[in-house]
Amino acid sequence: MTEVPRGTSGGFPASYLATGSASFLDFVQAQAPEVLASSLRLPASAAPVDGPHSTTIVALVFTGGVVLAGDRRATMGSTIAHREMEKVFAADEYSVVGIAGSAGIAMEVVRLFQLELEHFEKIEGTLLSLDGKANRLATMIRGNLGLAMQGLAVVPLFAGFDLVGAAGRIYSYDVTGGRYEEHEHHSVGSGSVFARGALKKLWRPGLTESEAVGVAVEALTDAADDDSATGGPDTVRRVWPVIMTVTADGVRRVSDDELAGTADRLAQERSAAATEARRFRIGGAAR
Amino acid sequence: MSMPFYVSPEQLMKDRSDFARKGIGRGRPVVVLGYGDGIAFATENPSRALHKVSEIYDRIAFAAVGKYNEFENLRVAGIRYADLRGYSYDRADVNARGLANAYAQTLGTVFTTESKPLEVELVVAEVGADQAGDQIYRLSYDGSVAEEHGVVAMGGSSDRLAELLHAQWHPGASLPQVLAWARRALGSTGVSQEETGVVREIPAAHLEVAVLDRSRPRRTFRRLDGPMLVDLLEGVS
Repeated sequence: MTEVPRGTSGGFPASYLATGSASFLDFVQAQAPEVLASSLRLPASAAPVDGPHSTTIVALVFTGGVVLAGDRRATMGSTIAHREMEKVFAADEYSVVGIAGSAGIAMEVVRLFQLELEHFEKIEGTLLSLDGKANRLATMIRGNLGLAMQGLAVVPLFAGFDLVGAAGRIYSYDVTGGRYEEHEHHSVGSGSVFARGALKKLWRPGLTESEAVGVAVEALTDAADDDSATGGPDTVRRVWPVIMTVTADGVRRVSDDELAGTADRLAQERSAAATEARRFRIGGAAR
Repeated sequence: MSMPFYVSPEQLMKDRSDFARKGIGRGRPVVVLGYGDGIAFATENPSRALHKVSEIYDRIAFAAVGKYNEFENLRVAGIRYADLRGYSYDRADVNARGLANAYAQTLGTVFTTESKPLEVELVVAEVGADQAGDQIYRLSYDGSVAEEHGVVAMGGSSDRLAELLHAQWHPGASLPQVLAWARRALGSTGVSQEETGVVREIPAAHLEVAVLDRSRPRRTFRRLDGPMLVDLLEGVS
């Protein structure tokens, strides 16, 4: 096992100068596996590790791109561990990744995935194809299988703009590294069942970018309504979901101001509907 | 039994230096120029794929002249070093000085121990928060390092180029201005140009130009080509 070079006396080790793959993952596995989360070896008899978990991620395509959104809550058992966690990240200029599952491992997977794409881009001088990126992520998730079996599962949702096909595309994964292309929309995490219901009713072909952002907020709000591990838009602390869109122009993070408007509008609509329903209920009982 | 010839260490080193210099001098030059908002790199290179200037890390770029296979290996080693270091610590902990040091050690070791020195000359540059914070390191085939300010020229006719550019360059110059100087200087190299003093007009498509743009967040490296480069070159005539 080679040490991470902390000094540079003696110049580059021979392996740095060797002709090899353009993959940072391959390089680091050979050179410094101790820095990788996937090289962790837990005792076989250990009870499943209970760390913070992050929850609902939704993705949907719109005309000319794709939206990926995640709530901000991380839970540990029935406790809220974090209220402002970010689970949706730009992987590179044309793709985004959101992660549900064991938070610490998920952050590491994202950091490694971002670097994997950047490393390839610098060495080869060109971007990986969208399928190529999706496959690299599958390899990383498969590498985490040992940890997943001990309770540290990580399940990503990957979305990007396909520069060749000029359209947004979504990929989902399972813990064994299975990669599935999703059409229209998809959701992962503990609140995904409820989010998926909302997406089925609200998604339609030909959505614009801002309509798609609205649908994502509504799906996350529905998930938070019924899943205690998912946090909805927090109007008290002004904490909004992290939402990113990918189009031919690249990745854009939807601003807090825009989300505050969307979330407030949605809250008003729902509040008005609830008041109306309540009035009807009380009125009905009186008759 | 034949006796090996005695060769004095001075002679041995001189032979190696001459060999490396000859190889480097045959290559087309690369110029590096600081400007107000960053550091610019330019060379005459008709290839769109075989680059002489590349990104190493967020604020660090690499430029090389000499044998392609040799500097390509060094470039890849630098990216691996920077990415691993940034991953183990933090992106802010990757700097040009450490990288230049690793290159110097590698070049120096090869120069003294291998049968042939590396026929390359490198620049490792890091863009700072302002022009005074820019760092430009020039590395020679024998592992010697020099920190340069504002202007570097390497490769064939590098002395002449450096002289030309030093006469014009001043801190705070704009990007179109330094690119115009670079293009004109590169166009004045070549045997017939140096004899007659005629300057060739290098077409934009034959220029490889890249910058470290200090105003960009995170990854500051950017290649300039196509219509964008033409516009910049036409900015100053």
